[in-house]
Amino acid sequence: MFADLLDRLFKRTKETSGSVAKDRLKMVLSVDRTDMAPQTMEEMRKEILAVITKYFEIDDTESLEVGLEREQGSTAIIANIPIRRVKVADA
Amino acid sequence: MSGKVIVITSGKGGVGKTTTTANLGMALAARGKSVVLVDADFGLRNLDLLLGLENRVVYTVLEVLSGDCRMEQALVRDKRQTSLALLPAAQTRDKSAITPEQMKEITGRLSETFDYVLVDCPAGIEQGFRNAIAGAEQAIVVTTPEVSAVRDADRIIGLLESAGLKGPRLILNRYRPQMVEAKDMMSVEDVLEILAVKLLGLIPEDEQVIVTTNRGEPIVLAANPPPAGQAYLNIARRLEGEDVPILEFKVPNNGFMAKIRALFSGR
Repeated sequence: MFADLLDRLFKRTKETSGSVAKDRLKMVLSVDRTDMAPQTMEEMRKEILAVITKYFEIDDTESLEVGLEREQGSTAIIANIPIRRVKVADA
Repeated sequence: MSGKVIVITSGKGGVGKTTTTANLGMALAARGKSVVLVDADFGLRNLDLLLGLENRVVYTVLEVLSGDCRMEQALVRDKRQTSLALLPAAQTRDKSAITPEQMKEITGRLSETFDYVLVDCPAGIEQGFRNAIAGAEQAIVVTTPEVSAVRDADRIIGLLESAGLKGPRLILNRYRPQMVEAKDMMSVEDVLEILAVKLLGLIPEDEQVIVTTNRGEPIVLAANPPPAGQAYLNIARRLEGEDVPILEFKVPNNGFMAKIRALFSGR
């Protein structure tokens, strides 16, 4: 705990190039692993967004990230969508 | 007898595939196993050079396939480790000179007489890669903690798995503990998290690798193997099924801040 505090006090919190590398790789690999054309991916992203915005208010439509992640041989679609609130159904 | 056919691959060039093949071959042979190293890098062969056997190459895998020589004539036997042999690649032809089926036949024949058949795969994902993996039952992926090498390793892992080579294992090469400590290099944990594969070994960056390569004497042959040599010897033991812990390369940290930090974190 104190070690963390020291780290924070002495500017160890600044983004290191190692963590930048890791984050950039994760992003680029989520696209690489799809084996999908970027255009198709973008189309899917828009369609997913259209459905979600029917039911939820979203912070920022640009912030929707859709990617594929591979773990132990199986692949999953991961979508990260920050939601503001549920839309009230119009009567 | 049926030996293990293992392909050593990476996608990206220059990360240490051939160095790894040469050292693992030597290390396994030193443990009394019969080992044949197959250079699948047609047109850009180097395994002979790293092993110091470049002046003894007469025939290559092509003459074996065409029937111009027997397998036994093409194999170059190492004089330091007599249970180690090299099957050289053709230097004058390119990677399309051989088909995956032919490669499979070659490695299949070799596995009848050797405990280990290690195939040194060329860089890239084209025909040379497809040839190299054709007869393999296991794969070792070599990478370094750099974005380009890890990205290519990920692609290779995907291709290996879709070719039916499940569960490839990773060797992380040219690791620089000091840079990792300073968080200016991805850690072994970072790379494993991204690639989601099992770690087979961790090799520290070591100038001695260059020195020993200059002489054509793989680093594991050194009397007192430096850290990188020790790491390769450990990998050979793991291939043999031994449970050997991964070497940790801790940086001796004697700076003032490190001392204060150590004081508070109770280390």
